Amino acid sequence: MSRIYDVTVIGAGIVGMSILRELTRYRLNVCCLEKMEDVAEGASKANSAIVHAGYDPIEGTKKARFNVEGNNIFADICNELDVEYKMVGSLVVAFDDYEINVLEELLQRGKRNGVKGLEIKSQEWVFENEPNLSRNIKAALFAPYSGITNPYKLTVALFENAVQNGADIIFSFEVCKIEKDGDYFVVHSADSRFIKTRVLINCAGVYADEISKLAGAKLFKIYPRRGQYYILDKPDKMPVTRVIFQVPTEKGKGILVAPTVDGNVLIGPNSEYIDDKDDTATTQKGLDEVFEKAKKVLPSLSKRDVITTFSGIRATPDNHDFIIEEDENVENFINVAGIESPGLTSSVAIGRYIAEKVSSKLNAKRNLNFNPYREDIKRFLKLSDEERVRMIKLYPSFGNIVCRCELVSEYEILEAIKRGARTIDGIKRRTRAGMGRCQGGFCLPRVIGILSRELKIDKTKITKFGKNSYILTEKRWEE
Amino acid sequence: MEKYKVVVIGGGPAGLAAALESFKILDDKKVLIIERDKFLGGILNQCIHPGFGLHYFKEELTGPEYAHRFVEQVVENRIEYLTETHVIDITPEKEIVAVNKKGLKRIKADAIVLAMGCRERTRGAIITPGTRPAGIFTAGQAQRLINIEGYRIGKKAVIVGSGDIGLIMARRLTLEGIEVKAVVEIMPYSTGLRRNIVQCLDDFGIPLLLSHKVVKIHGKYRVEGVTIAKVDSQLQEIPATERFIECDTVLFSVGLIPENELSKKAGIVLDIKTGGPVVDNTFSTSQKGIFACGNVLHVHDLVDNVTLEAQIAGRYAAIYSQHPELFENNIHVNIVAKEGIRYVVPQKLNKNFVQPFVLRFRVDNFYKDAIVTVSNAGKVLVEYKKSILTPGEMESIEISQKILSQLDFSNDIVVSLQNI
Repeated sequence: MSRIYDVTVIGAGIVGMSILRELTRYRLNVCCLEKMEDVAEGASKANSAIVHAGYDPIEGTKKARFNVEGNNIFADICNELDVEYKMVGSLVVAFDDYEINVLEELLQRGKRNGVKGLEIKSQEWVFENEPNLSRNIKAALFAPYSGITNPYKLTVALFENAVQNGADIIFSFEVCKIEKDGDYFVVHSADSRFIKTRVLINCAGVYADEISKLAGAKLFKIYPRRGQYYILDKPDKMPVTRVIFQVPTEKGKGILVAPTVDGNVLIGPNSEYIDDKDDTATTQKGLDEVFEKAKKVLPSLSKRDVITTFSGIRATPDNHDFIIEEDENVENFINVAGIESPGLTSSVAIGRYIAEKVSSKLNAKRNLNFNPYREDIKRFLKLSDEERVRMIKLYPSFGNIVCRCELVSEYEILEAIKRGARTIDGIKRRTRAGMGRCQGGFCLPRVIGILSRELKIDKTKITKFGKNSYILTEKRWEE
Repeated sequence: MEKYKVVVIGGGPAGLAAALESFKILDDKKVLIIERDKFLGGILNQCIHPGFGLHYFKEELTGPEYAHRFVEQVVENRIEYLTETHVIDITPEKEIVAVNKKGLKRIKADAIVLAMGCRERTRGAIITPGTRPAGIFTAGQAQRLINIEGYRIGKKAVIVGSGDIGLIMARRLTLEGIEVKAVVEIMPYSTGLRRNIVQCLDDFGIPLLLSHKVVKIHGKYRVEGVTIAKVDSQLQEIPATERFIECDTVLFSVGLIPENELSKKAGIVLDIKTGGPVVDNTFSTSQKGIFACGNVLHVHDLVDNVTLEAQIAGRYAAIYSQHPELFENNIHVNIVAKEGIRYVVPQKLNKNFVQPFVLRFRVDNFYKDAIVTVSNAGKVLVEYKKSILTPGEMESIEISQKILSQLDFSNDIVVSLQNI
């Protein structure tokens, strides 16, 4: 197999997909290489899901620039791609005079970064607006333009829209060698496939330093920094309506408590440097730390409401700013690396910036057929009864509920498969089947059955998230 | 809108027994069962082990056999039922919205019986650290995949939780050729029946590790093992007692939670302890005309008790559908769980129906040699001694006519326990 592209992106996380989609605005042959079997398998699936306002990054940094730019265009992108986005606002809460001073610093920094609407609110205001927060809070920095979204769904949406507009994506392609052949890079996979490309963009997340090295480009180091989280069951009434941060430390923005766009409560993350870039384990120590710190802000938190825990890994660069640049020595090789927080917020702005650079470099014309719109799978849970009736008439599978906690119909699962889901987790991220309070207790066997039937492969070949993550090991008898 | 006298939500053992009982009583036989799965019978269909029906039928049946006896009667009596139909809403006015491939149905019921059963607690709910690879199952998932779908789910397994389901799955996996390395129990005692410990673990040489917990799950794509550790009396990990067990499968059997999402939609008051609705001795919930029974009410250890309870709920639902006026002006005496008692069901006695009933309850800890008493207005109405009481075994006391005749209705009925 050998295909030739104008531009190739390595890594199908939110940054890679954002760049890929923006590139399809131009008449370019573009492709993405992803080592897993789906998009959003790395940091993009496990983070705080926050669209930051932009008062955290130091002025003049790439982080500051892309955060503020990203925040400004986030709503539009989510609107085009039919992804949940709620501008709920955020509070950074302070417990003492020292922390109130930090709020003042953040406020000034935010103003310098161009963040609008920042205000320091009194204790009274906080309790009136967030009555469940700790009475020990003295003041809070309010950022009305902070929001919440769904990071993996946005990644999926960017992917679908990029493919709709002509991009290619090659899964299970683990880049192991990069050579130069004239004007082209030749990119090889571990299983002996290769592609050729004029421009190569490194969006390999926590592995970006290794890809840069393979390309003979700048040497830098990405340190994996893990954060652990809890997801709580959908409460009858949200204990907080805004994203609640604590005063940041040098380790990051600290533990937050936030509503999710799906109606759960998210708490986390802590911060710890780890050795293994893939070590997404949770630990007792880490989870305890997160819970105790979150309880300091929201005393009513109860472990009884926990439905799952997870950890995500930040790709922390050694220079503490995003690395977004064409390599000095390797022409046409662009590093987009070290995209830790506020990476989700920045991703769409980074995508635009890179696509503009690359298209002008290649003298690419506008793709006049570019369609920015993508529609999400119709969700049973979200429709009115009238709309449900109409959908069931068109698609009887819409009336077959597979996941009872999240009311996911068979139609949604079939649609997810049509759009590229191949694994249990792929279905889960696209439809929420298995994400509810019973965590797939009832629907897992059914989802395996539907995947096997639709993909025409035996159930023993169905995986949780690719490679050797098989769920069933052997068939004992015919059903 | 379709109209029924009694609509039963859930076609498992509770729903079937309730529907049959309603049907027997009603002149106008409009009874409907709504089941979300393909078949009637509920989770019993995947419980292919024996041990069901010893009390009710005085013989030992498998789960599907037990369910079949009721399904047969439903079919013989031509009681209406819908399968693959999911109830998405219930209102306090007893309107039901259900959905299936044919469309959305709105049904008006004179009385409703809630019999939706329960769901399993998960690895996430008990906050087990580690990675999140394939190979982690709840016991129920494993049961379905193995017993109904015919697949092997691994080669070497560790089971977390030693209640009856965990014990039975240890035997089931072994019979399927899966090596069970250990059953890990955080408490110092098993909540499973003694006979299950003998027949499911001892007979197969499977170790039961009491006062142990899984402190970490290992593996990137598929489970590669677990680290277990001993715990102290506060259930906290004891340092330096960690031990790695290699396995590719972890089965969690760590408790059941009544499924009351629909009950909440109908505005029904729930009991924090049972996780199910608060009911009186007619099994009436806080919403008039809505009754509850089976595992949606509180988690049972024997299906035989579910059947008995469901029959009463079905009977009163039928009575309500014909004579709702009998349930007007309900006055209740509270039945309260005190020292040593975790919960009681029913939680109330309805003064309009002062009839003998069985009080079911669980104790809150492991007790040796204790007396359980039921008292009212400072007077002991009934008491009994027991050498062993565990939270895993549901206890019951019959509240007879004689006891009822001595009641002072202006005072609570109190159930408590004293060590001898």
